[in-house]
Order: sequence, then structure tokens, then C-alpha cells
Amino acid sequence: MPNVAASGVRADGVCKSFPVPDAPGTNRMALGGISFSIAAGELVSLVGPSGCGKSTLLRLIAGLDVSDSGELFVGNEKIAGPNAERGLVFQDPNLFPWLTVRRNIEAGLVARGVLHEKRSEVREFMRLVGLEAFANSYPHHLSGGMSQRVALARALINHPKVLLLDEPLGALDAFTRMRMQDEVLRLWENRRTTMLLVTHDIDEAIYMSDRILIMTPAPGRIDREIDIDLARPRDRTGDSFLHFRGEILGHLHFAGNTAEISV
Amino acid sequence: MDADAPVNDKPSTLPWLMQFAVPLAALVTFGVHWPISKKAPAVETHSYMLLFWEIIAVSIVLAIAQRFWPALRHWMRHMWPIFTAAILSFGVWDVITAGLHLLPLPYFPAPAAVLRSLISDRALLADSTLHSLVLLLSGYTLGVIIGLVSGVCIGWSSAMRYWGMPLLKVVGPIPATAWIPLAMVVAPSSIVSAVGLIALAVWFPVTMLTASGISNTRASYLDVARTLGAGRLYLIFRVAIPAAIPNIFIGLFMGLGASFLTLVVAESVGVKSGLGWYVSWAQGWAEYGKVFAALIIMAAFFSTVMTLLFKLRDRVLVWQKGTIKW
Repeated sequence: MPNVAASGVRADGVCKSFPVPDAPGTNRMALGGISFSIAAGELVSLVGPSGCGKSTLLRLIAGLDVSDSGELFVGNEKIAGPNAERGLVFQDPNLFPWLTVRRNIEAGLVARGVLHEKRSEVREFMRLVGLEAFANSYPHHLSGGMSQRVALARALINHPKVLLLDEPLGALDAFTRMRMQDEVLRLWENRRTTMLLVTHDIDEAIYMSDRILIMTPAPGRIDREIDIDLARPRDRTGDSFLHFRGEILGHLHFAGNTAEISV
Repeated sequence: MDADAPVNDKPSTLPWLMQFAVPLAALVTFGVHWPISKKAPAVETHSYMLLFWEIIAVSIVLAIAQRFWPALRHWMRHMWPIFTAAILSFGVWDVITAGLHLLPLPYFPAPAAVLRSLISDRALLADSTLHSLVLLLSGYTLGVIIGLVSGVCIGWSSAMRYWGMPLLKVVGPIPATAWIPLAMVVAPSSIVSAVGLIALAVWFPVTMLTASGISNTRASYLDVARTLGAGRLYLIFRVAIPAAIPNIFIGLFMGLGASFLTLVVAESVGVKSGLGWYVSWAQGWAEYGKVFAALIIMAAFFSTVMTLLFKLRDRVLVWQKGTIKW
């Protein structure tokens, strides 16, 4: 599989506000001056309580929304609208129910009009996520984990320079989720695509990322960055793992017994 | 039988009563007809009796064949109760009309008389059915095409919605048949006006349901498609329209019902052919046997067309299997 050069992502004072539905004319600030930078090939997690603007930030990077002020770059290019360079996977796999697994995975190639040249890659990507046997099944036959693997393959087939993951494993049960974390890590190690993972699962963030950005709400800001300098595969019950856990929970003001245990 | 054979194994034959329900019902209906028909003309009774002999013969052959043919057995298990009831209801109809004279003649002829009209007028009935079919298909196809185009435009573009929706909401609910006086003046021929009216009747529900299906496309499908590199054409034709197909089919069914109505009315007032015309023509001559014969043909014709649309829907919406319940 060809390895495409990944790109870094950089945000520079990004602000975004939305109108308040109950009070016309007033705006609520969702993001209040976000700045960060992610190196090419890095796997970074964005954690924080719900409503802190994680998903809003991801949508801005995907180009699905436009920021009020500040700038966003992928590599050296300013983000202006959605593009196949930036893949996005949601918590709901959002597979097109009218297409089979194969056609869902092909969708990006069809959309870009390159299906003809790249048809051979479809099989590779189905093999990569272990779904060859389900090529002709419709999404309603798939389990949650399988659907999410199709969604990953569908995003990866475009060889995006950045893959944005919006709580992609949030709807899965605990065991499937841990298996899928390994799967996503394997895809990342295999392809070295830059990944930005939004999650509310602190263990997931520590287990997977090179670096964690902690966001706080009202308005959403990046409060803290934590480098996770542990070798992979990581031990979910190791002392240093639990230390990071306590540190992050403490930062989000959930520290209590957990922090004490981890020390 | 083995002790450990599966418990829910279907027996290799139908119960006796079910095997012979249809010939028995035919015999009963036949037996009822026998004393009633003493006074009726022989021609009428002859073909009616012949029909029952045929039913009895065929159903006995099927009762034997089902022992060797599981698919047939499955079909019979499902259909035989309905067939039995249908045949018995002919007997009831016979008793009410020819037997007890409970309904006034000539408006309610006996089944034998209807069958005779059906047979004796078969050439004209076939010709009328063909004319109706051509008219229905041309009007329906035209209405569907225009309805799909206008529905997609109104559903996708907010400018189109602004200008199109009020027109749709004001003009659409007028029954197509209410335009008949105007259509007859404007159109060069009654056939053209009938096609136009049927198309109009179909256009409204198809447009309405297509537009609502398109505009209710899940935003996340469109978002995903955009991040996959989709342009506007892909978003419309490969995301919004497939997502709207379940809705579009509801519009197609509603439009089909409206087209039957408009077809029959248009034929009986303007066009000088087709089943609608046949019914009013037979009524003019007080030949109610023919009226009923035409109604039976219409029932068969319209329900066949409806069934074909259901088959098409099942084929197009395989991806939805398990979720559709209508």
C-alpha cells in the first residue's frame, strides 16, 4: 500500500460562536481562541467534558464549518472547505445504507472520479479491515464494530493526509472498543496518517495518543497539553498509565479516589 | 419417524381438509347454482358450470401435485383459504341475486350473467383495457418524470423551494379531475387532455414526497460525502436521491392511486375508449352484466399494476429489508 506523506495541522487563534436558539440575536462562544499544532504523522487526542467544543473544532478542521476568526492550516495550506485530504469518521458510522460494504468503501473513489484507476485498492482496504467476506452485505447486516471498520476503510481509501475521528468508538461496548483501539493503532502504524481523535474516554486517549490536548468549556479552550511518552503497546493497568489518568482527571476536576489510587 | 427428527419439520402433505377445500367450495357453489339456474337461460348457465368443473379439475390435480412439489404446497397453504372464501362468496352472490331476488334487477345481475358478458364482450373489453393501459402508462410516466425533477429541485435548492413550494401547495391539492372543463378546451384532443390530467394527478404527490425526502436527507450523510471529496452532483444523485427513495416510493404509490381515479373519470367524460368509457357506455344500455364485467377487469388490471410497483419497490429497496413495514 503506498504510503502518502502525512501533513501536520495548525490552529491559530480560532474562534467560533453559534446563535443561541432560545435568545435570538445573542451568540454563544463555542471556541474562544484555539491554538495548537500537530506534527505530521502524530496521533493526538482531544479530551474534555461534553459541550467544550471538541466536535466543533473537528468540523472546522474538516472544513464543514467556517470559523469566525483565526486560521487553520493543513501543512502549509489554509483550510477552505471540505476536501478528500481530510477524512472524517463520526461516532455513528454513517455508512450509506443503500450501498453494499464494497460500494461504501469505494464511495470516495467514485466521488473523486478515480474509481477506474484505483479499483484494485478497494480489495486491499477490505482486507486491511478484515471485511472481505462481507463485501456484498448491506450495512444493516453489520454489527457496530464492523460498521465502524467499514467507515474507517471508507475514509482511508482516499489516503487522507489527516484523519479526523469524532468519538469513533464511543458507541461500542467496552470489549469491542478495546479491540477497535488496537485496530485503529494498527492502521495508524501501518499508514502513519496524522490522526486527531476526539474522545471522552480518558483511558482511550492515554492508550492511543502521542499527545493529549485537554479542553475546557465555555468557551472552549485548550487548557493543557500532555505528552504520553510510553512505549506501545501500552499496559492499561501499569503505574505510569494510571499516573497519567490521575493527572488528567485532576485537571478536569474529577480527582478524588482515582487520583489517590494512581499515586 | 426418528425420535430425534426436528420437531418443526413441516409434514410432506397438506391436511385433507385444506387439500380439498377448493373443490369442495366449488361443489357447494355449484350445488347452490343448480336449483337456482333452472329458470335461467341455458347459455348463461353453461359457461358458469363449465368454469366450476374446471376449478374442480384443476384443484384436484394441484392437491395431488403438492405431495411432490414443496413450493406448490407452500403456496397452497397460503392461498387456499382465500380461494375457498372467494369461491364461496360467488355462491352467496348467486343466492342473493338469482336465488332470493333480494337485489333489484337489472342493476345486480347474477354471477353467471356477469361471466357471460365477460366472455361475449371479450374483444371490446380487451381493446378497452389496452387503451386504458396506454393512457395510464403515458400519463403516469409523464407525471413521475416531471414530479421527480420538480421534487428534486424543490427539495435541494432553497431558491426553488421559495418559489416552487407555494405553487405546489396552492395548485397541488386541487383534484386533477376538477381541471377537466378547462383541459378539454385547452388540449388539442381528448387523449392529450386525459394524459395531461393523469400526469397532473401524479405530479403532486410525487413532487411533494420527493421534495420532503430530499430535504430531509441526514446532514451527516452529506457531511461524510463532502469529506470524501464529493461534488454537488455526487451529493444530489448519489446521496440525497438514494436517501429519499423510500419517500419517493410513497409518492409513487399515492400518485398511482390518483392516476386510476383520474383515468376512469377522464375516460368516462372525454375519451371515447378505455374501461371508464366502457362502464358508462354499458350503463347507458342498461347492460349491468357488462358494467360488472368491466369492474372485474379494472380490479384485476389496477391491482396487477399496483403489485408490479410493489415488486419494483422490493427490488429497489433491498437495502432496507427488515425496516419497511408497508
